[in-house]
Parts: sequence; C-alpha cells; structure tokens
Amino acid sequence: MAEYQNIFTRVQVRGPGEAGIPIGPDTDKRIGGWTFNRLAGMIGNAQIGPFYLGVTGSLSILCGFLAFEIIGFNMLASVNWDVVEFIRQLFWLALEPPPPQYGLSIPPMADGGWWLLAGFLLTLSILLWWTRTFLRARALGLGYHIPWAFGAAIWLYLVLGFIRPLLMGSWSEAVPFGIFPHLDWTAAFSIRYGNLFYNPFHMLSIAFLYGSAVLFGMHAGTILAVGRYGGEREIEQITDRGTATERASLFWRWQMGFNASMESIHRWAWWFAILTPITGGIGILLTGTVVDNWYLWGVKHGIAAEYVYPYAPTIDPALGTEAMQ
Amino acid sequence: MTTYTTRRASLFGLLAGATMLGGCFEAPPVVAKQVGADGVGMQTLQSTELAEALAERNVLPEPIKAASGEGPKAKDVYQNVQVLGDLSVAEFTRTMTAITAWVSPEQGCQYCHVGNNFAEDGVYTKIVSRRMMQMTQNINAEWQDHVGDTGVTCLTCHRGQPVPEYIWFDSPEQNRQGGMAANSYGQNHANMALGSVSLLDDPFSRYLGAEDPAQIRVISNTALPIRDVRQNLSTQDTENTYSLMIHLSKAIGQNCTFCHNSRSFNDWSESPPQRVTAWHGLKMVPALNSAYLEPLGPVYPAARLGPLGDAPKVNCTTCHQGVNKPYYGVSMLDDYPVWREPGPNAAIEAVDPMLPASQQPEQEGDGAAEDSAETTSSVAPSATHDTLGLLEVETPAGVVR
Repeated sequence: MAEYQNIFTRVQVRGPGEAGIPIGPDTDKRIGGWTFNRLAGMIGNAQIGPFYLGVTGSLSILCGFLAFEIIGFNMLASVNWDVVEFIRQLFWLALEPPPPQYGLSIPPMADGGWWLLAGFLLTLSILLWWTRTFLRARALGLGYHIPWAFGAAIWLYLVLGFIRPLLMGSWSEAVPFGIFPHLDWTAAFSIRYGNLFYNPFHMLSIAFLYGSAVLFGMHAGTILAVGRYGGEREIEQITDRGTATERASLFWRWQMGFNASMESIHRWAWWFAILTPITGGIGILLTGTVVDNWYLWGVKHGIAAEYVYPYAPTIDPALGTEAMQ
Repeated sequence: MTTYTTRRASLFGLLAGATMLGGCFEAPPVVAKQVGADGVGMQTLQSTELAEALAERNVLPEPIKAASGEGPKAKDVYQNVQVLGDLSVAEFTRTMTAITAWVSPEQGCQYCHVGNNFAEDGVYTKIVSRRMMQMTQNINAEWQDHVGDTGVTCLTCHRGQPVPEYIWFDSPEQNRQGGMAANSYGQNHANMALGSVSLLDDPFSRYLGAEDPAQIRVISNTALPIRDVRQNLSTQDTENTYSLMIHLSKAIGQNCTFCHNSRSFNDWSESPPQRVTAWHGLKMVPALNSAYLEPLGPVYPAARLGPLGDAPKVNCTTCHQGVNKPYYGVSMLDDYPVWREPGPNAAIEAVDPMLPASQQPEQEGDGAAEDSAETTSSVAPSATHDTLGLLEVETPAGVVR
C-alpha cells in the first residue's frame, strides 16, 4: 500500500487543474493552460502552468536572451567557431571586460565593448525580472519579501559589475562572464587586495551564508521530523499549536535551551539569506576604493593574529635594488 | 523493504559521486607536512604515488671515473676548443663522453660533430651546445643564489634527450578572431599544463622571455589605496601573475605555501626562505632566455623553432621537472668541476655563436662586451640553415607549456 512520505511523495494527489485566483481586470492575462507532470509531482506540484509573462517578463527574457547570445557567440569565436571545442572548453571560456587603459569609456567592441553591451542587457533583464516579481507579488496581494530578497542579490551583482567599477574608474575592475574565469577572477581579486578573509564584511557575509545553511538544515529537518504529526502545517500551528509544534519546540529547548517559533524561524531564514549578499556587497564595495590591502588593514586594526614561524623572518631580496619587483 | 533498498541505492550513489570527485585531486595517500606556524594551514602536500614516480626519474648516473688533470691542455692539442680548452686532454675527453651520455646517448658524437673533423662547426647543434656549456658555467658561477652549491649540468635539463623535454615557445594568439569578436587577451582556454585554470595561456612570454619582463608583484603594500600606485596593479594583472605562479608550483611540485604564507602572499617577513630562492630563479630565467636562448634563433633549423619562429626557451620546468630541487639537490659539480668554473667565455655575451673561434673578439676571463643580439642577427638566417641539412631531426620540437 502506498505510504505518505515528506520529500518523495509517492502519492500524488491530483485534483482538477487550478487556474489560480482571479486578480482583477487590470492585469495581464495568464497564457496557456496547464498540464500535469508526474516527475514534477515527485518534487513539488504536479501541475505545470498557467504561465504569466506580461510586459516585464517578456522584455526580461528578450534582454537576457540577447546577453546570453552575445556571451555565447563571443565564446564560440574564441575557439575559432569550433563547436566541438566550444563544448569541450565551455567552462573555461569567457567574455572579458575591457582592459584598464579604457577606464570608463566605451571601448571598441572587440576590446570589451561586447562585455559592456552584454552586461547592460543582462542588468536590464535582471531589473525587469525584479520588477516582475514586485508586480506579481502586488497583484496577488502578497508581501514584498521575495522582491526584496531578490533585490539583495541584485545589490551584490551591481556592486561587482557596475557600482565598484564606477568608483574605481575602470570597467576592467569588473568580473568576466564565464564559469571558471569568474572563479579565477574571484581568487585573483582576493589576492590583489591582500586577502578578503581580513575584510570584516566578507566575514559577516560568510557567517550569514553558513548560518543560512545551518538554519535551512535545522528548520527543514525539524519540519520533516514532525511531519508524521502534521508538522508541515507549520503556519497554522502558530495559532493552533499541535503536538508536532510541541515536540519540535521541546526538542530544540532540550538541545539548546531556546526554540524559534513556527513564525520566527522564517524571519531568521529570510534575514540570514538577504544579509549574505548585502554584507558581501558592502565588503566588495570597500575593496580597492577604501581599503587596498585587507591583511595590512587587519594588522593595523589588531585583527590579524601574530604567529611564530619555524623560520627566521625572510627579507625581500629586491630591497635596495632598482627594480622592486 | 522498499525503503531500505532505496536508501542503500542512494548510499551507493553518494559513494560513486565521491569517487568521481576524488579523481580531481592528488591520488591518495597524500602526505602532508606542516611547514608554517600552528593554525595557518601551511603544509606541503606530496602524493606518495607521484613521489615514487619522480624518484625513479631523479636518479643520477654513476660519474665517469676521474681523469688525470696532468698533461697538455685540450686547446693546445685540438683546434677550435673555445669553452673547455683549459682542461687536460684526458679530462676533456671524459667531459665530452659525459656530455654525450647526458644529451645524445642514442645519437652519439655525430649529433654535434660532422665526419672525422671534430673541430668543424658544421652542425648547428655544435654551436648550440657550445653556447649551452657557457650558459651552464654562467649559471653555476653567477646564479648561486638560485642553484646554490649544487649547481646544474647538461643533465639537469637534458636527461638523455637532445632537446630537453620541457621548453617553450612564444605562442600565437589562439583566440583572436579579428574584426568585432571579443579579445580574450590570451586567457580563458582549457590548459591542463597550467593546473586547468582559466588564466593566461602563455605566462612565459610575459614574465620569462623578454629582457624586460612584466612586473610580477601586484599586491598593494599599503592598507589604504594610493591613487598613483594602483595604476599597474589591476585584478587582471593579478590573474596573469597567478598564471605564472601556477606554472612555478607545477614545475617544482609544491603548493603555494612552500614559498608563501597564504594569509598574505606578498609579505616577505612571514614567507618561508624558499621564496628568496624562487625570486632569484624568476630573475635568472629571463636573463638566460635573453642572453643565451633567444639569440640562438638564427642558428636553429626551422624545425627547431616555434610557431612564431622564435628559439626554444627555458622556464622553471625545464630544470625542475616536478621536483623543487632537481635530482633532490644532489650535486654533480664535485665530479665534473669544469661546470663550476666560469670558463674563458662564460659570462660573455658578445660571442657570435655562428662565427668560428678565429673571428671571435679576443676575450679574457669575464670581460664584458657589446650586445649579442645585434651581432647574431647580422648573420643571414638562410646561410645558417644551409649548413644544417646534414642533421636528422629525431625529436620534433613541440610547444611544451
């Protein structure tokens, strides 16, 4: 006999298709009908659709597609239009920002112009999508928690690719588009600015990032564990506290003397999530603009511990020579 | 029951995934050795499997039995002995035998000497090897900060091959489509030789080839920004330096913390002393390339040149070949002291390798002279290449990066 489980629900309760609530005559119509998908039902709602695109959604997809194509075709050009090499080296390929000599001017297309255009279109696409999340939340009478959370991620994106390069006076300070190249850029960025680990906002961002993962694991684990007592109806249990809530709360009080409530745990998670990119963005924004070497800054402010090394202090062999390199 | 099976299946899935991931790293067991203070994570990592493979390749041959230093000098007996002329005839013969074993064991004397007249400079390899002898003596005499008392011999790079396994050429831009297609500035291609990063494909031309190599230091020396200092120290420059450092790391088979305290890569006072040795190496390699290797360009046949027509050059891997001290620091110089002493022409860059000894400028000790590049280029390359048809090229020259 089929049994009910929390994650992989083998029982798919499938009623008639749900069109959604009526949301008034002023908004765009939903497009298409809906269908049911068994695989989707295993990890979520089996109903796919109806979709809503609207003006912002359509424009966002268009701009995103153009940016994607610009990046992709330039990557393809970088392997001599060889599709096999394009697939083989896809993770290594990139569209690079302009070199430093162009500053904030508009460079030739080959020298970062494509990067600037792709960045503009991608930014437009993301901002339009943000508008769409805002408008849909409003249309459904929701709070704006999702647009603001998405906005926090956009803040970090804009700092990296737009605001910080503006303050530094050079597009070359921005991140290349590419899988490994953007990771290599990240490593080089930290090295160039004397180790981001000594950047307090980087520390905060990491704390919120790891904290998000811990909270996610604690909350999801708690709710799954009390699912057998109806604990997945967590919000109802704020006011109508059942045995699931009682057990879950007692578990955490036993563990650590304190428990979040069925309501507050979601605020914990939301704030940890949005503070990750907000603090991270501040840390990036200060790098190179306000602080040039975070390690030396850390030494100056007493946050870099002193160690005793098993070798004598090394002396820079270039000291006293002409070429200090 | 069903649940149990599902769980077991997912466990196997996890294990399989872990095994695949494991392929990305050094084969276990990896021996970690702490080299820094407690708590800073400074370790050298050595895969046991790799260490065994390297050990096999770093065994020195038995030295040839010592020869008498008495008797007439080679330069008085033989003609056209420009570098090793002060050796006794017996020691000269012994040295030549050793060089043959180190460089051209299969090809023998004929690799550099044509016919019966060993004095003749008819083959380009003879001219190149003469210059390489001078380079070897120069390294041991002038670059002790890098090679120490251990020094180098022909074997350090050649290891039984006429063309050392690890050489490099200027690489043509792989990625420049021209027109409007975006320039990737020599970056962003899969390059397993450089640790599969997506950085500069060819850090050698930039940092090791030119007489005026690019600045390696990119990290700020002040906590707060100083506008004028920032100009040449972009994140993009850092990526380029990073590429060179990965080459260095791969060449010596050590990770970053062998030379750096990674909490502050640029801070010398916290860096292990090996960093100073490496610093001198990064000075030595461009010096050798510009004084010895690059000027030999017109001497080589086209097959020995790179895709852009440049001479083969050295980088860190040429000598090190995966070991921080080639041959684990065992010196051959006591057995072959000739490489220790700067010979008559050792530090001289005015010697035109294409001219016979009679036409060379008079040299004494390490007297300095004019720029070698100019004199070299005065020889017409076509004439050079005509004399080289005799040689059979056995190892195709390839770009080793």
